[in-house]
This record gives sequence, C-alpha cells and structure tokens, in this order.
Amino acid sequence: MAEFLSYFRQDRLPHIWCPGCGNGTVTGALVRAIDKLGIDKNNIVMVSGIGCSSRSVGYLDFDTLHTTHGRAIAFATGVKLARPRLKVIVITGDGDSAAIGGNHFIHAARRNIDITTIIINNDTYGMTSGQASPMTPHGMLGTTAPYGNVEYNFDLCELAKAAGATYVARATTYHYVLLEELISKAIMHKGFSVVEALSQCPTYFGRKNKIGGPVETLNWIKDQTINVKAAAALPPEKREGKILIGELHNVEKPEFTQQYLEVIAKVQRANPTYARNKGVPGCELNSD
Amino acid sequence: MAEKAKLMQGNEACTMAAIAAGLEFFAGYPITPSTEIAEMCAEELPKVGGKFIQMEDEIGSISACIGASLTGAKAMTATSGPGFSLMQEAIGYASLCEIPVVIINVQRVGPSTGMPTSPAQGDLMQARWGTHGDHPVIALVPGNVKECYELTFRAFELSEKYRVPVIVLSDEVIGHMREKVVLPDPANYKIPVRAMPASPAGYKPYAADPNGGVPLMAPFGMGYRWHCTGLFHDENGAPSSKPEVASTLMRRLEHKVGSRAEELADYFAEGLDDCELAVVSFGSSAMAALSAVRRARSEGHKVGMLRLKTVWPFPTKTVRGLLSSAKKIIVPEMNLGQLALEVERAAGCDRPVIRLGKVNGELFHPDEVFAAIKEAL
Ligand SMILES: Cc1ncc(C[n+]2csc(CCOP(=O)(O)OP(=O)(O)O)c2C)c(N)n1
Repeated sequence: MAEFLSYFRQDRLPHIWCPGCGNGTVTGALVRAIDKLGIDKNNIVMVSGIGCSSRSVGYLDFDTLHTTHGRAIAFATGVKLARPRLKVIVITGDGDSAAIGGNHFIHAARRNIDITTIIINNDTYGMTSGQASPMTPHGMLGTTAPYGNVEYNFDLCELAKAAGATYVARATTYHYVLLEELISKAIMHKGFSVVEALSQCPTYFGRKNKIGGPVETLNWIKDQTINVKAAAALPPEKREGKILIGELHNVEKPEFTQQYLEVIAKVQRANPTYARNKGVPGCELNSD
Repeated sequence: MAEKAKLMQGNEACTMAAIAAGLEFFAGYPITPSTEIAEMCAEELPKVGGKFIQMEDEIGSISACIGASLTGAKAMTATSGPGFSLMQEAIGYASLCEIPVVIINVQRVGPSTGMPTSPAQGDLMQARWGTHGDHPVIALVPGNVKECYELTFRAFELSEKYRVPVIVLSDEVIGHMREKVVLPDPANYKIPVRAMPASPAGYKPYAADPNGGVPLMAPFGMGYRWHCTGLFHDENGAPSSKPEVASTLMRRLEHKVGSRAEELADYFAEGLDDCELAVVSFGSSAMAALSAVRRARSEGHKVGMLRLKTVWPFPTKTVRGLLSSAKKIIVPEMNLGQLALEVERAAGCDRPVIRLGKVNGELFHPDEVFAAIKEAL
C-alpha cells in the first residue's frame, strides 16, 4: 500500500468522496496498473471533466488537467495531438462522458486517437446529488426520475465499439483485480481505449433505490455481471439481462496522431525549403 | 529574405501572422465567414510541423486548443458568432486557469443564424462578458487586412505574455476583403516566447505578485507535474473554497489585464486635437467613417476620427483624453450601440454620444456617416 502513496499528492488528501464510494477503488486500480507498467510519471497526463469521479486526478501526482463538464476528451485530444509522445488518460463519470460529453466520446473513438478513457459509471450524477444519468437503468430511481426512469440507458461498451474504439473492456469495483488488469491493457493499447468501471454510489443511488449501503450496492452491481469468457459457454437464456465484464473488443487499426505525423513527414518531404525557412521554433519539441 | 508585398484576404493575413508567430496547433469547426482560416491551417501547418484538427464542434475546438497550449504549443481557433457563443465556457476556463490561446472571431450578423454571410460587429460585448463571472480578456479589432496580420501577431504576443485568451474581433468585410500587404521580414520581428520556470523544484504553478502578476507556466510533460483546475485554486494549484484564496485570485486576475488598459491601448487617430465633433468607430465600419470624416474636413468642418484597435480592456482614460476637445461624438458601428456604451462611459455624460447603429447586414457607406456628421454639426 505504502509504495503507492508516492503516486498521490498527499498534501491534497483527504479526498472529498463519501465513505463507501467506488471512486477510490478505481483510482487505486489505475495507480497500481501504472506502477506495474513502470511508466515514467512525467510522461503521463491525466485529464478529467466535472463530477465526483473527475476529482480523482487532483489527488494524483502527474500533470493533471481538471477541465469543464463533459469536455475532458476534447482537452485530452489537444494534449495528445500536440505531444503524441505523452500517455494521455481520461477519467470521467457516466454523466460527464455519456450525456454532456457524449459527442466528444464518440468522435474520439471514431478518430482512434491514442487516449485511454476510464469511465466510472455509478448509474447517477453523484456530484449534483443523485439525478438520473444516461446510465441510470430503466425503472430505477433518481431525484429527477422520482417515479422511476422512463428512459433507457446506453450500453457504453457497445457504443464505444460501434463508434470506432479499438480497445473496449468493462469491470466493476467488486472485480478490482480484473479492473486493474484491463486498465493496464487499455493503457498499453495503441488507439482509443475505453474501460467502463461499474461503481457504487451508496449515498445517492443506493439509498434512493433502497438497495442499501456500500456493500449491498456493490453486491447489487456484482450480481448483474457475468464474465465474457464464462458467458460464452452459457446458453442465451442464462445470459439474458446480464452485463458482460472482461475484455470485450481488441483490434488493431492505425492510430490518429501517428497518421498525422506521417502526413507531416510527407508534406515536409514535398516542401523541403518551406519547412526549413519557416520552421517554427518550438517545433523541435514536437518532433515526436 | 526581404519584405514581400502580397495581395491577400483578411482571413489569410490572420493565418499567415499566426504561423509567423509560431502557431503550432489549430483546432476548429467550419463556419462562414471564418472557414478560410481553418482551411489554410489544414494546408499550411503540416508544412511547418504544426497540427490541425477539425473537431466535432466549437466547444471541442477551444477545449483542444487549451489542452495543446498546456503542453507549450501556441494554439489558435477561428470561428464566427454561433461558434463563439459555444466557446464561452471554455474561454472562462482559459481565463481562470491562465492558459494562452488566440481566438479569431470573424463576426457575422446575429443573434442565432442571422444572415451567415453578412457582416456585423455585434460580438463586442460577448467578447468581454460572454463567459460567466468576472474574468480578464483582451480583444483586438483589425481595421484592414494589414492589421489582420499585425493584430493576430500581437494577439500571440499578449496571450503568451499575460497568459490570457486573446480574441481578434474581425468581421466579414475585413475577413474577406483583399488588399496588398507588405509582409514583415522575419528578421525584423521576434517570435513570442512563453516565459518558463527554471526547474520543477519548488514549482508553484500560480505563484505571482497579487498586484496583477503573471505566474510562470510549465508545459505538461516536462516533469513539473502540476494540477490545472477550473476550481478556484491557491498558488500551488490546489482547489480551494477559502474566501481569501478566492478573493486574492480573482483580484489578481482582474488586475493583470485591467490595470494595463492604457498601456495596451492601440488606436488610429486623425484630426482629434482641435475637433468639435469626433467620430469613434472600429473594424470595417471605421473605413466608411474615416472617408466621411476626411470629406467633412475638406469642407472646413472640425471633425476628427478615432478608430480603436484594442477594445478590451477598454482604454477609458486614453479615449477620454483623445476626445477632450469634442463637443459631440458619433459612433458608427454594425450593432445597436455596444461601442457607444463604452464611449459614453469614457466621454462622460456632458456631451451627446450619437449612436449610428446598423444591423441589416450591410456595411456602412461613407455617405451615411457623412450625413450623420452634417446633421450633428
Ligand atoms: C456545463 C455544466 N452543466 C452542469 C454542471 C453541473 N454538474 C456538475 S457534475 C454533474 C454530473 C456529474 O455526474 P457524473 O459525470 O456521472 O459524475 P459523478 O459525480 O457521478 O462521478 C453536473 C450535472 C456543470 N458543472 N457544468
């Protein structure tokens, strides 16, 4: 445990999260994954939006960018395209990524830009006290769905895959070993990678829906899931209504910033004098 | 390489100046009458090793620019009214977090979709107060194609120096007009460079003189490992809701730009010293205004012209001084009196400030301004 403290800005602790919240579990899995991968701290930029989950980056000792609601992936796109050598990791909530930021999410997937997006999906808007989110299941309660949610939620992993993400996985805060493993793979994947971490918000979602406290809410999540490998061996009726966890999609496809660098190289070969005469200072930094 | 004369469009001049100033990153979304800037960046930036991206909307565009700027890249976006409205939340973010970014707004008539290909100057107040909360911002208004070049270059200098978003308020006429521009010899200008801290040891990302100081900005990815947040923050970049931290930050930011209003003043003046009537304008409206003022002068009337190039922060004292002899003031502008409000404030309430507003999508004809001058004399 102690060795991971070096990844935290200890002067910024204690954190703002409620007792029993899953955000710490996901943040812990992320830090352990980075530690095992042995990536230099100075080469990682963490970007988040607005929400309880997005507060995670403020506690972490990297270059960290806490942006506006829904826009983390757009800011991250600028970081990554400007400096492709950096590892860019986005931490976002289900409201942040699937409601207000849904468009940036699908377009980043479409571009296959090398950004790892970790979505902490707690079925609700935690920061604003439990309103319905695009991930609140049909029929469940939220403060803005007091009679039960009449809308349907996304399957975020299917959405990411359909939009062009090249690595897609899902785990839960119960399956934290799996979560760490999937985050690791996502970080090492070249292209747009998404890990959906199903997580508990006992304070708002658990209580409002009378599920119980942190443990009951965690178990409620766990009981809905089934590992994708185990599911493959089951007849369809046994998979009915279950949420798949594990690695769901992993393909190779040329990555956006690498392709852009190839364009630059090609254009500069065709315009050698232009590139030499008008070379912009600062572009040396940018040769990666 | 010597100076070179070239026939070019205002939008082209903005782009060339940006590249000359070291533009490394452009993110944008197509919108008339600004699109040529994006198109030209798509073509030119790779030649100098820079990056262009067409984002999914203007919110994404400005957000990507801010992200790029945090890594040390000079970043710019270009848009028009509807897109500029979408960018406002992120402009506030850049303003609070002190991230340099240049935004070219080639104004068109609105609100809403308005008349997409017709000029206007209706975003003057939006450029100042478009985002929520008090915040510093600088806005420059070119009056011809040459100034599109000069002021875009200047926008980068100011943005990097004061770590503030700088808006170039162009308009459809200036953006699409073609004029001969003598490009400055690269040997004769200095590419703006962002001041950097010396080393990560003890780096405090927001440590600065509370009296309007500018903190030193470390690029991401260089070992500084700092936290950038749109929450109010202390000098270490840590979020804070302490009243004294909030107040210190907000007042420093306001002071950083506000206290430099007169120093940043930039304008064109003619015949103001002995004038009885002054015409105050900006951008393309000022072209018609100047020709009307000269005609009135040639007929023996004591009329002077003031064309503002820096509009935000508004150089109140400078404007008051320049207008001291005028007994009446006319403000031609392609909106219903936004610049006139500031001019009234600067001139004081003892002399009439006549609003000559136009919002029909047409530019001013010198005759219209001349008629207003004759009527006022
Ligand atoms: C533009 C804008 N709209 C609304 C808000 C208010 N707001 C803050 S956080 C949030 C929802 C966060 O929910 P989610 O992304 O699921 O994160 P969680 O707090 O559950 O981790 C909202 C609506 C805001 N800050 N900015």
